[in-house]
Amino acid sequence: MLRYTLTRFLSLCLSLAVASVVIFFAIEVLPGDPASIMLGVNAQPDTLAALRTELGLDQPMVARYFAWVTGLLQGDFGISYTYRTPVAQMIADRLAVSLPLALFSLALTVVIAFPVGIWAASRRGSVSDVSIMGLTQLGVAIPNFWFAMLMVLVFAINLQWFSAGGFAGWDAGLLAVLKSLTLPAIALALPQASILARVMRSALLDTLSEDFIRTARAKGLTRRQALWRHALRNALIPVLTIIGMQFSFLLAGGIIIENVFYLPGLGRLIFQAISARDLVVVESVVMLLVFAVILVNFLVELAYAAVDPRLRAR
Amino acid sequence: MKAKISAVALAAAMAAGPVLAQDSLTVALQLEPPHLDPTSAAAGAIDQVVYANIFEGLTRFGPDGSVNPGLASSWEISEDGLTYTFHLVEGAKFHDGTDFEATDVVFSLDRARGEDSVNAQKTLFAGIESVEAVDPATVKVTLSAPDGLFLFKMAWGDAVIVAPESIDDIKTAPVGTGAFTFDGWVQGDSISLAKNPDYWGEPAMLDAATFKYISDPTAGFAAMMAGDVDAFVAFPAPENLPQFDADPRFKVLIGSTEGETILAMNNGREPFSNKLVREAVAHAINRQDIIDGAMFGYGTPIGTFFAPHNPDYVDLTGLSDYDPEKSKALLEEAGVALPLKVKMTLPPPSYARRGGEIVAAQLRAVGIEPEIENVEWAQWLENTFRNAHDYDLTIISHTEPMDINAYANPDYYFQYDNPAFQDVMAKLDVESDPAVRSELLKSAQTMLAEDYVSGFLFELPLHTVAKTGVEGLWVNMPTQATDLTGVYWEK
Repeated sequence: MLRYTLTRFLSLCLSLAVASVVIFFAIEVLPGDPASIMLGVNAQPDTLAALRTELGLDQPMVARYFAWVTGLLQGDFGISYTYRTPVAQMIADRLAVSLPLALFSLALTVVIAFPVGIWAASRRGSVSDVSIMGLTQLGVAIPNFWFAMLMVLVFAINLQWFSAGGFAGWDAGLLAVLKSLTLPAIALALPQASILARVMRSALLDTLSEDFIRTARAKGLTRRQALWRHALRNALIPVLTIIGMQFSFLLAGGIIIENVFYLPGLGRLIFQAISARDLVVVESVVMLLVFAVILVNFLVELAYAAVDPRLRAR
Repeated sequence: MKAKISAVALAAAMAAGPVLAQDSLTVALQLEPPHLDPTSAAAGAIDQVVYANIFEGLTRFGPDGSVNPGLASSWEISEDGLTYTFHLVEGAKFHDGTDFEATDVVFSLDRARGEDSVNAQKTLFAGIESVEAVDPATVKVTLSAPDGLFLFKMAWGDAVIVAPESIDDIKTAPVGTGAFTFDGWVQGDSISLAKNPDYWGEPAMLDAATFKYISDPTAGFAAMMAGDVDAFVAFPAPENLPQFDADPRFKVLIGSTEGETILAMNNGREPFSNKLVREAVAHAINRQDIIDGAMFGYGTPIGTFFAPHNPDYVDLTGLSDYDPEKSKALLEEAGVALPLKVKMTLPPPSYARRGGEIVAAQLRAVGIEPEIENVEWAQWLENTFRNAHDYDLTIISHTEPMDINAYANPDYYFQYDNPAFQDVMAKLDVESDPAVRSELLKSAQTMLAEDYVSGFLFELPLHTVAKTGVEGLWVNMPTQATDLTGVYWEK
């Protein structure tokens, strides 16, 4: 188990180091000078030079890379070019929206997908199985931003139960936060839940046709008992993999939904920062997301070991 | 019991909502500012929050674009036009409680024109020779040459008065002298202002105001319809305006901006260094089709680089009327090989992207083949505008007031080098007699139109959607500002 954990951890560190190099240099070679974007069309050359010096853009690229990485290792993400506030603070502010949103929609995803997938698998070939699978097919196919706009039309404009968007802020209380995040979370969760339900169903069906299930049935368990006691646990590995990927996607990929509901989340921060060539922010946020994805994968791999004792022996 | 109490409290809070709303206003805007210092960035989004609300200058723009007294209640100009003596208003205080005095003016102007200044409009201050505080309520500004536009320049958002005591935090906690104080910023979401109870002048009629940032046009429509916001200034979805107009809950204000939208041509290289080719482009363009197709019918056609609502505007659209046959003849006369392949660079705004497609189709009809390249702002600034000038055609709206003098700069991305025009602008710079200024401006407009320097398309409109009952919003946008000092709810 220790060796397994250590090798996983080593590969985590290596991935991060490679990612930092790729991210930094890929973003720095983008055309566009942050200073001229900030000062606009009437700026004088000497003003631009003054701002570039102030931002440290006159330093060589490699020196800036090492300054950035050293800062990251110490938890210092740098100062945003445009906003002039610490990037760490900005990320924390945006995470206060994106993280709860991702967790909320992931919870919805799991709560919907597990029962639906299990139900469909246990009634394979029945009318309810076929219709559920048809519905999930639809759920995967519907673009989430379209579904989001539909919900805004119904629940915000016509019924006026929810506001059409925006984030009330944590100061306004948990209820207000839930109210601002409910529609976006549903919009994000619908396609994910459909995917996960399908994965859950097929993983269960695969396991149900294994020899050990036949043995369990021969021992006298009903089909349902065999499913709950033996099949479910073994079907969890592919499901966990998908959940891990979905969480990363929900954290970083909510940008379209964030735009529809004008939520101040991480996705919109990246989008704004790229168009303003706020390179420090882009680099640090992307790095953070890479870190989150790698960390989630690491945790998922550890979770494999928890559900599959054979991995622990290694 | 507990549940009952909270239910009662909730009902009370909900009942209180609409009453409270009458003293506060939520205004939606599309672009969030990067920070809140109007003196160190070009972002119009900064001025949209702070201009007149938080910060004030010596002079200020009125809703019609006129220049009115601001923190200077009056002034005298010396005979030679070189010395301006400003008398400052009495009793004005910054929001942190410090007094507004002549030394603050000296500090602000010296900071803006200093060597390490990062003011985006540093040229506004280029003519200033010295600034001195005569006494706490009087400032004397000496210019190196007479400047007919000096008072106008001092009204810009980039020339507002800031205090040395609070300058270090100005980007995140702006401290000005205005009728509203800065109250908070939820980054990515909203900025809130509160009424300044100690304002030196006519106090604001609202107790609080919130700017809410909604960048997506569809989301903006939904927010307005759901009643989340009270007004949307520069509403980005003109296709939805008729729907708001027909709804008694809302009203639509249609005004103009200082945004001359042009099809800029690179006068510095083939083929548009040839005036005949530029003239051919001008006659190939059907402005009304562009306004209908790209702007849903909103926008005033222009024939030169000047705002139509300005009293000195000359209607020169006739010089470049839609005449494809004439256009073809001109191309033949110019002797260019058809089809003529050119590069058209389009920045992100919808007027440019939508308008560009229509312009391209119109040009193709006469034998000019534009190859469209959609670019981000960063690329546009870098490659088209700043140094490289690597473009033939581009569509862009120039939103600064009175910016016709851009054509006097031969290094500007127009690459237009006409000594006669430069001469007119030089004369205008030092002329303060209104009648002579008017003549000079008119001849400058005619020169640009007759030289077909750019394709002049239309003046960018300003659409504001507001709830019925919101009064006092600016209909026009003579400068980038959302002046809320005179806004109120009709009772």
